Amino acid sequence: MSASAESDVVARFHDVTKRFGEVMALRDFDLDLAPGRVTALLGPNGAGKTTAVRMLLGLTAPSAGSVTVFGGDPRNAGTRTRIGAMLQVAKVPETLRVGEHIRLFQSYYPSPMPYVEVIEAAGLQGLDRSQFGKLSGGQKQRLLFALALCGNASLIVLDEPTVGLDVEARRVLWDRIRRLSDSGRAVLLTTHYLDEADALAHRIVVIARGEIVADGSPAEVKARVSGRRIRCITTLALAMVQGIPGVSSARQSGDATEILAAVAEPVVRELLLRDPTLSGLEVGGAGLEEAFLSLTREKVAV
Amino acid sequence: MTPTTVALPHIVIAEAKAECIKVLRLPRFVIPTLAFPMLFYAMFGIALNRGASAGTVSVSTYMLATYGTFGVLGAALSGLGIGIATERGQGWFTLKRASPMPGIAYVLAKTTMSMMFSAIIVLLLFAMGAALGNVHMPLASWLALGATLVLGAIPFSALGCALGFAVGPNSAPALINLIYLPMSFTAGLWLPIEMMPRFFSVIAPLLPPFHLARLALHAVGADSSAVLPHIAALMAFTALFTIAAVVAYRRDEDKTYG
Repeated sequence: MSASAESDVVARFHDVTKRFGEVMALRDFDLDLAPGRVTALLGPNGAGKTTAVRMLLGLTAPSAGSVTVFGGDPRNAGTRTRIGAMLQVAKVPETLRVGEHIRLFQSYYPSPMPYVEVIEAAGLQGLDRSQFGKLSGGQKQRLLFALALCGNASLIVLDEPTVGLDVEARRVLWDRIRRLSDSGRAVLLTTHYLDEADALAHRIVVIARGEIVADGSPAEVKARVSGRRIRCITTLALAMVQGIPGVSSARQSGDATEILAAVAEPVVRELLLRDPTLSGLEVGGAGLEEAFLSLTREKVAV
Repeated sequence: MTPTTVALPHIVIAEAKAECIKVLRLPRFVIPTLAFPMLFYAMFGIALNRGASAGTVSVSTYMLATYGTFGVLGAALSGLGIGIATERGQGWFTLKRASPMPGIAYVLAKTTMSMMFSAIIVLLLFAMGAALGNVHMPLASWLALGATLVLGAIPFSALGCALGFAVGPNSAPALINLIYLPMSFTAGLWLPIEMMPRFFSVIAPLLPPFHLARLALHAVGADSSAVLPHIAALMAFTALFTIAAVVAYRRDEDKTYG
């Protein structure tokens, strides 16, 4: 396993810390990206996703630790011939045509993907001669996707690729991203949508405040971050509440106890059984943001 | 396995071609960049000073050199200065940096574009001078003036590049015009420096366009002083602006916009 695992690493973050002045954007971050796999970096805004992506693309250097792509430093242009990137770009030069944009980016790479394949893979058929400024929002996003894959790189980095797309367009882009990993490429995707990470990724890495708070298959991570929030006033000790099967975390919040659980009903039944005086019961969906925060707290508590 | 890269000249050529196409289709760049020097030359070089002379040559000949310099400076400052600042602000430059394109290709492409634009401006002014301004020179003088002005785009491009990386994306157009217009006047591009108060001939040599204007005037026979100090000054300015551009670029690296 270890020998093959070593050769299967496309990119590696090793013990990476990134500081911006006083602010710790990323701390002790370790992550390997494997070919044929989609890895999702999931987290709220400001969690450190973009910082990780910027280091992977050589846009900024780690304060400590190392980031390598195929063993090379992404700060070197040579290493970046193995990477294709889709970033959040407010505006692209509007007077160049779709075809001109793609051919220019192809010229940066030693063995680019054939033009016709790029057009097909990004769904830009018939738009070759349209100037960027005349494209619709979805078409613009498709061109940025095309620029990420036109170099035929083995690592594709997509920073929040579906922001601003409608449901239908998102699903179509998901299919295209799946095809990239099916062809053996390593894909790193950042998102703040759990459903997106769930639909696409083989592995989800949840980060909050610069640290990895969960890392596993979509099923594993979902079990931890999606669930119900139960709020009640109880005489039960926090430790006992935490011991109830199905409770993923519990904490005191003022007078009330706040509990996160994958499914609410069995936990509520157990609570009422153990504490007949329990009052102020509320059950609601745990928002993703909330779930992230509970994960961060868990991590801190350990 | 060492990754292979595309040879730099190939990337520069592709990038320069795209840059030229992009800008030629952009009326808000093309129109002011061409119209400013043409209008000024038409007014001050031709209409208002018909038949007048400036030293050894006619005003229309003298101002062909100075408004030529003015046009070349404008193309470089808006092409590189505003161009780079804008693309930084839009996040487009970040995507370029994340690609395997070396940063130097980006700058060389924009410099090539500003030289191409300078050539267009020079040809238009030449046509005006010959057809309307009664400019008569030997062919060698036309060629020397044209070559001087187009090559003069290089130091100005270095200045544009330094400004493009140093100034904020939103304030760039206003700030760069605030540099462009007063600097042009002070360097003697609008009125012959010999006609301006003495104060200006003291500070003008501190400004790069003054030196290109002297070389351009030399090409048309309106300046008999030595050319070498002006060439040396322009080379020194180019080096200085290049260093400033590199420093500004590095400082900009960790910033993100938008």
